Amino acid sequence: MAKLIIDAVITGILTGGVYALMSSGLTLIFGVMNIINIAQGALVILGAYLSFVLQQNFHIDLFLGLLITMPVMFMLGILIEWAFIRPLKLERTMLSILVTFAVALIIEGVLGIQFGTSFVQLHAWYADASFQIGGFYLAYIYVFGFVLSVILLGGLYVLLYRTKFGYSLRASMQNRTAAELIGIDVERVSAVTFGIGVALTAAGGMAFGATTAFNPGSHYDLISRLLVIIILGGLGSLRGALIASLVMLVIEDVTSVVWSPVWASTVFFMLLVVTLLVRPQGLFGQLEARKQ
Amino acid sequence: MKIIKITGLIALLAVFIAFPLVFSDPAITIIAVFTMLFAVATTGWNIFSGYTGYIALGHAAYFGLGAYAMALMAQDWKIPAGYAPFFLLPLAGLVAAIFAVPFGWIALRTRRHTFVVITIAIFFIMQLMAYNLRGITNGSAGLTLPIPFDWSADFFNLPFYYVALALLLLALGVSWWVRNSKYGLGLLAIRDDEDRALGLGVKTGPSKLVAFVISAFFVGMVGALHAYFIGSLYPPFAFDALFDVAVALMAFLGGLGTLAGPILGALILVPTQQYFTLQFSENGYYLVIYGILFLVIILLLPEGILPTIRKRWIKWMAYRSQSGKIQVVAGTSGQEDALVAESSGKRDGVNL
Repeated sequence: MAKLIIDAVITGILTGGVYALMSSGLTLIFGVMNIINIAQGALVILGAYLSFVLQQNFHIDLFLGLLITMPVMFMLGILIEWAFIRPLKLERTMLSILVTFAVALIIEGVLGIQFGTSFVQLHAWYADASFQIGGFYLAYIYVFGFVLSVILLGGLYVLLYRTKFGYSLRASMQNRTAAELIGIDVERVSAVTFGIGVALTAAGGMAFGATTAFNPGSHYDLISRLLVIIILGGLGSLRGALIASLVMLVIEDVTSVVWSPVWASTVFFMLLVVTLLVRPQGLFGQLEARKQ
Repeated sequence: MKIIKITGLIALLAVFIAFPLVFSDPAITIIAVFTMLFAVATTGWNIFSGYTGYIALGHAAYFGLGAYAMALMAQDWKIPAGYAPFFLLPLAGLVAAIFAVPFGWIALRTRRHTFVVITIAIFFIMQLMAYNLRGITNGSAGLTLPIPFDWSADFFNLPFYYVALALLLLALGVSWWVRNSKYGLGLLAIRDDEDRALGLGVKTGPSKLVAFVISAFFVGMVGALHAYFIGSLYPPFAFDALFDVAVALMAFLGGLGTLAGPILGALILVPTQQYFTLQFSENGYYLVIYGILFLVIILLLPEGILPTIRKRWIKWMAYRSQSGKIQVVAGTSGQEDALVAESSGKRDGVNL
C-alpha cells in the first residue's frame, strides 16, 4: 500500500507539472487582462490534435512538432484576442467568459467534424515504454513531459522577470491604468500575453494527449480542473497556480489509490470548496482591493 | 398608456394560450414546450444574475437536482403517470432551493469572477455525484419516470405546455415583484456598486442569497418538468454544461436584468437551436453554428435587444421633440442619455 501511495505521489508530481504548464497560461491571461479564458481547455485539446496530425501525416516527433504547433497556437491566440476579446467594452470579465466559452464550442465542433468523437491517444516509443527506478515503474513520457514543463516554465520565468516585455507585462498586471500612463502599450501586451498563454497549451496538450486518451469533448473536464487550480492558487498568481497544480494532482492520484478512482475528481472539487471557506481569495491570491 | 400596456399583455397571454391549439402539429408543440421551459429557467436565472450582476454559470446543477428529485419522488411514492406528477413540481423546486442555500452561501463569499468559477465547480461536483452515488441515482444507467401512455400523440405536449406557461407566469410575477420592490432595488444597487450599497445599509449577503435561492427554485422546477416530459434521466443530460450557458445567452440576448428580456431571448433562441439541431443533426456542425451565433450576439448586441431598443427609442423621442415643440422632454431624455453614457463609462473604468 505504501508503495502504491509513493507511486501515486510521484505520478501526481509529474502530471502536476503538465497541469502547471496549462494553468500558468490561464492565470497569466487573467492577471493581465482580467478575463477568464474558458477556451483554454479546448485549446489544450486542439494542441493535442495538432501534435496528433503532425505525427500521423508527417511523421514528426511529438516534441519536435512543438516547434511548429507552439508558434501556430501563439498566432491563433493573438487572433482570438484581437477578434473576440478586444471588441468587448462593457462588462468585460463577464462577457469574456461567455465569448471564450463560444470559442471553446466552436473548437469542439470543428474537432468533432474533423476527427469524430472516438478517443485517441498520442503514441511514441517514450509514451508506451517505461523504466524502473528504485522499484517503481515510470513511463518515460511522464518524465519527459515534466522536464518539458520545467523548461518552458523556466523560460516563462526568464521572460517575465528578465526582459523588458516581462516588466511591461508585470506592470500591466499590477495596475493597468498606471501602466498605460507610463507609456506601456497595454493592448499589445495583452495580445502577446494571450498568445503566450495559448502557445503553452500546445505543449501542455501534447503532454496531456500522450498520457491520457482524449476526444473533442474532453475539454469540459480539463477546463474545470484548470479553473479549480487557478482559483485555489489565487487568481493571477503564477506561483499559486504552480503549487496548486502539484498539490491537486498529488491529492487526486493518492485518493484514487487509497479510496477509488471514481471519487478522485470529486475530492478535487471538494478541496476547492473547503479551501475557499477558509480563504476566499485562494492560497496565494490578493484580497480583491479593487471592488466591482 | 397603462390601459394599452395591460391590453397588450392580455393579448400576448392569449397568443401564448392559443398557440398550441392553432399550431397543433406535435413537431411544433414540442418546440413550444422546450421554449416555454427555457423561458421559465431564464426568467428564474435572471432574478438572481440579471438583478445582482453576478453571472452564475452553474444553474444546471439545480436543473439536475430538480430532475432527480422529481424522478426519485415519483419512484418512491409510486406516483402514477398522468396529472399527478405535476403537483410534485413545487417540491422538486424546493429540493433544488434547499441545496442552493449552502451552495449559494459558499459561492457568494467571493466576488464576481471567482463566483463564476465556483458555480461551475459546484455544477461539476453535482454531475460527478450523479454518476457516483449509484445507490440513489443509479449512476450512468439512469432513472425512468412514469410515462403517461394514455395521452395520445396529438395531446401529449399540451399539458406540459400549459404547466410550463403557468410556471412562466409565476416566475414573471416574482420577477416583476422583485424588480419593483425595495428588496429588488437593493439587488440593483449591488449590481451597480456593491460596496456603496453595503454602506447605504443594503444587507448585501442575505439579499444575494435569497435571490440565488429563488432562481434555483424556478430552475429546479424546470428541471423536474423537463425530466417528466422526456421520461428518462441520465447524468450528462440532467447536468448539462450547455444548459448553463444557454440560459445565460438567452438572458444576454433579450437584455440582462430586464423583465421581458429573458423570455424574448428564449423565444428567439430555442426555436433557432431546435431548427439547427434538426438541420445539422451531426453534433460537430451544431456546436460550430451555436458557437458562432453566440459570438455574433455578444459582439453585436452586448447589452441585449430590449435595452438597445429602449436606448434608440429615447434618442428618437429626443430627436422628435427637438424638431417639434416640447423642449422639456428633450431636456430630460438628453439627461437620461448622459446618465447611460456615464454609467457605461464607469463600468469601463472598473474593468480597466
